[in-house]
Amino acid sequence: MVVEKEHIDIRLRPILQKVSDPEIPVLSVLDMGVVRYAAIENDIAIIKITPTYSGCPAMDVITEDIEKALSDNGYKASIELVLSPAWTTDWITENGRQELEKYGIAPPLDPDADKEALLGNKKIVKCTLCGSTNTLVVSQFGSTACKALFKCEDCEEPFDYFKCLK
Amino acid sequence: MNKELYNYILSIADNCLILGQRLGELCGHGPTLETDIALTNISLDLFGQVRSYYQYAAKLVDDKTTEDDIAFLRNEREYVNALLVEQPNTDFAFIMGRQFLFDAFHLMLLSELQKSHDVTLAAIASKSIKEVSYHYRFSSDWVRRLGDGTPESKERMQAAINDLWAYTEELFYQTASEKLLIEKGIAVDLSQLKASYYQNITDVLEESTLTIPDSKWFKKGGKEGIHSEHMGYILSDMQFMQRAYPNMKW
Ligand SMILES: [Zn+2]
Repeated sequence: MVVEKEHIDIRLRPILQKVSDPEIPVLSVLDMGVVRYAAIENDIAIIKITPTYSGCPAMDVITEDIEKALSDNGYKASIELVLSPAWTTDWITENGRQELEKYGIAPPLDPDADKEALLGNKKIVKCTLCGSTNTLVVSQFGSTACKALFKCEDCEEPFDYFKCLK
Repeated sequence: MNKELYNYILSIADNCLILGQRLGELCGHGPTLETDIALTNISLDLFGQVRSYYQYAAKLVDDKTTEDDIAFLRNEREYVNALLVEQPNTDFAFIMGRQFLFDAFHLMLLSELQKSHDVTLAAIASKSIKEVSYHYRFSSDWVRRLGDGTPESKERMQAAINDLWAYTEELFYQTASEKLLIEKGIAVDLSQLKASYYQNITDVLEESTLTIPDSKWFKKGGKEGIHSEHMGYILSDMQFMQRAYPNMKW
């Protein structure tokens, strides 16, 4: 149930890098920070993953995709779900944040800024299309549990914001 | 099997299951698209949390029992959720009132449960509390908006709080199993949280320009398996597939 520190075996890294989150296909499960442990013991890949949100339906698909990717590379896999420490948006890598923005999802702000933005007190979330911060929160809950819905008041396009979870 | 621990896990998880089911009923029926999405997102979070609890509880029973058996194959008297969460969806003020009164409690419970000597429960609590903070923010925000809104929204919000008030005290009811686990540092001692709970909700209700009900009459029973008439309907809807097609899987 508990994995203290992230550890990814260098031989498994390129394989896992190709597995993506089904809801956000541009983001690899490594950039997402959901793989907490990956090691090879007696030719079996031991993988520990943690969910982003408790009810994230992507976790089952991610488990199957990791299993398949490893098996394509000749590894039998043993995949376990761990809950502690709980996933935080801090574990999304810098590369992951850039990929998110390119994909049209504004990356998470720090907790205080996040709260101000979601309560509509401050205009700080950057439009992923035109870069303006003249944006408005439309809904604190978005198309998936991890996102909120925003709208840009300059270019008038709606976009997603990845909520801070910390 | 550790019967006390099993019962205690269910007393937390069943609240999430039944409230999640109630919110799920609103899928496609929210007053606006945004609130509809919010309610179903909250429902999904609660179901996710339930899965972690039931998976843990199932392991305590035996190797064969699964989370689905616990969710779908118990009889009404074996569910130990509080009466508050089984109350039906009437108007939006009522739905938000129910959510607010539960979220305020849920947040305090999880905050303490993070310190449980049971590492699995502590881990589930640490995971869930981040989600529940968003739920509380959403529901308390709506209570303020409706309470301090138009004459009609205020009247409805007040009516909801008046109706739901009678269900608040049961949230702090402690069963025999729970009391045993408190001594072991596993269960949260709810009696320690009660005063701050009423203080917290009073603060929000006052900000919302609502009147705090002064009724001292409270209903209880759910945590001992004695439910209101609504529970049977929820279960017949929720359990239908498993009862009609035993052992079916997605
Ligand atoms: Zn824009």
